[in-house]
Amino acid sequence: MRRLVMALAVLAGLVIAAASLAATSSPKAEELEVWVGWSAGHELVEFKKVVSEYDAKNKNVDIKVVGGIVDDKIFAALRSGNVPDVVSSFQSNNVGIFCPSGGWIDLGSYLKRDKINVNIFPAASRYYTQYKGTRCALPLLADTFGFYYNKALFKRAGLTRPPKTFAELSAYAKKLTVKKSDGSLDVVGYNPNALFYHGGAGISTYGTLIGATYFDKNGKSNLSRDAWSRLLRWQKSLIDYYGYDKLVRWQTGAGDEFSASHAFERGKLAMMLDGEWRVAFLKNEHPELKYGTAPMPVDPAHKSAYGSGYVNGTIIGIPKGADHEEEAWKLVKYLTTNDHALAKFSNGIRNVPSTRSSSKSPELIPDKNFSTFLKIFTHPKSATIPITPIGLDHLQTFSNFVAKWNAGDVDDLRAGLQEVDKTIDSKIKQKG
Amino acid sequence: MASEPVAAAPALAPAAAALGRGRARSRAAWRRRLTILAFLSPWLVGFTIFFGYPLVMTAYLSFTSYDLLSPPRWIGLDNYRYLLSEDVDVWPAVRNTLWIIAIGVPLQVLFAFGVAAMLTRARAGVGFFRTIFYLPALVPPVAATLGFVYILNPSTGPINTVLDRLGIQGPLWFNDPAWAKPSLVLLGMWGIGATMIIFLAALLDVPQHLYESAELDGASALQRLRWVTVPLVSPVLLFAVVLGVIQGLQYFTQAYVAANVAAGAASQAGGSSVLEQGYPEGSTLFYPILLYYHGFRYFSMGYASAMAVLLLAVAFTFTAIVIRQSRRWVHYQGAVR
Repeated sequence: MRRLVMALAVLAGLVIAAASLAATSSPKAEELEVWVGWSAGHELVEFKKVVSEYDAKNKNVDIKVVGGIVDDKIFAALRSGNVPDVVSSFQSNNVGIFCPSGGWIDLGSYLKRDKINVNIFPAASRYYTQYKGTRCALPLLADTFGFYYNKALFKRAGLTRPPKTFAELSAYAKKLTVKKSDGSLDVVGYNPNALFYHGGAGISTYGTLIGATYFDKNGKSNLSRDAWSRLLRWQKSLIDYYGYDKLVRWQTGAGDEFSASHAFERGKLAMMLDGEWRVAFLKNEHPELKYGTAPMPVDPAHKSAYGSGYVNGTIIGIPKGADHEEEAWKLVKYLTTNDHALAKFSNGIRNVPSTRSSSKSPELIPDKNFSTFLKIFTHPKSATIPITPIGLDHLQTFSNFVAKWNAGDVDDLRAGLQEVDKTIDSKIKQKG
Repeated sequence: MASEPVAAAPALAPAAAALGRGRARSRAAWRRRLTILAFLSPWLVGFTIFFGYPLVMTAYLSFTSYDLLSPPRWIGLDNYRYLLSEDVDVWPAVRNTLWIIAIGVPLQVLFAFGVAAMLTRARAGVGFFRTIFYLPALVPPVAATLGFVYILNPSTGPINTVLDRLGIQGPLWFNDPAWAKPSLVLLGMWGIGATMIIFLAALLDVPQHLYESAELDGASALQRLRWVTVPLVSPVLLFAVVLGVIQGLQYFTQAYVAANVAAGAASQAGGSSVLEQGYPEGSTLFYPILLYYHGFRYFSMGYASAMAVLLLAVAFTFTAIVIRQSRRWVHYQGAVR
């Protein structure tokens, strides 16, 4: 009997010890793999800093960030089933494929469960993170386009404030342009060729400034019937002022867009339409440059659009087949809706924080030039490009035409735009 | 009854033996076949997985609407109908591709032949010149293209800088639709090293006594080239032409890189730029580049597959025609056609 009691006591002791051991040792952390497009040194580093804060607070996850991801790789991963837990893309237009195909899971149920109202994001960002009502992505910072001007060159030309209309912009551009003795261009006042620089966003950066649409209510391409022809005529008139060949020759020596040789940064371009990221580039590469920012001048017929701009940005979501969907959602929620995370990341790479509240966060490092873009982002008329079943093909078709128009190879603008409309409509019809 | 087996035995024995020998031969033949198959299997497996299956799948996908993520949707001949009758980008791309085949390929073949012919005549420094002319073939196409875009930069490139000093305004090269394709041809001619080496080997293989005989008969240098050299290197010439045409039909890397760098799109993050297709003004939009755009930028893989099938059919037909026509002008020494 004594032996039995002893044995039971030892057994009980072992059970208690095992239970207490289990209670005190933390469960094994789950590894979350996050794919992002950022590859440039400081951008990826800043993203990792934001993620590491989350990582430190959440012991149950161990986050691994993989940079330099492009959409080709995302598609390949989705097809093979070998996907990360969280995925992001610079190409918001591809939500037209990611959402309806289910490649990126519908976040609707998570948003509903966690009572997140998507109106915390401005309209443009809400638009490019869903397709036909299926929200498979959320915005992770945003890019907005505004006006940059060289204050030293303005002073030399006797200009005191940024222009507000295209007509004013043309007049300023002519005043600021400097030609060499052989007639070639040394300093260009403003380069209206949207197919050069402009962060690769091209002609779409002008859409909101002229109140133009891309498609009518029936989904038919609307380029020939809307304000685009007025914009193209204005751009061409300024191109003709420089001379197309002279402008192209100047462009070939204008310097790489994402380097310290950029023409605006070197004082060879007096004014430009560019994204908010340039503020950080200028600070890092040419802190000596005296410049200012403002909303982009607008079409005189749409003066109410002044203050708005083109908006787009990085999208983030969860791929189908992610191993840790719940944990992935928690991270996506943190990165896209937490004001502290957004402000910290925005301070790091100087992109626009993507919720209304974070754009007013006291944590944001004050910068007069950057604050212009925060206002543009939340302007009610700021807009983005339409998401279509043919991805970027409609913009590509339009851009191909614009290039010919700029070069002077289009005789009849209206007929040309009608042909573009017809082509875009047939491409959409072919896609089904 | 009992005698039958006795009587049949001598007749059956050779038959059974023959049958046995036949079976043994058959078994040996099978073993031989299996051995051959076993040795061939790495190639067969590779061919089936990496060529046969993709080819069949491409043909199937060409009849579907397929965005890579959703299941393919059968649409019959729609992709082909759109490709041949509605796609406004196809014919400019076909024209550009034919231009590079019609102008670029002959120039490259002639240049390679010319350089090789000159090298056979060099009396000193042959090894040095061979190396110099072959070296560009070792440069990766992307690096070579980047180098050419830099050299031919209209405002900062060394060529235009020199021309400028001479009082000549150089062309816009890769930034001018009239000059972009000729600039690509220049790039192609610079990199003829591999073809040149093959021509050199063929030229050095021409028996010297044939030249001596022709010379004794009073043939001029041009006549010796026409009636001795060309017929004897004609198989290599055919090889260079067929290879050049196929490469022309698949022309991609140089044009894509040159267009993107010259347009200033090379540094755009994630390749998300919406600038120009085939900058400048579509002059460098070749058929394979258009195919790439549809497959990997717009993710219309069904349509891209239809384009690929058509490209394969054209390449096959073109090659068949060239080979058939070649019977008239290709001379195989001692070979039966």
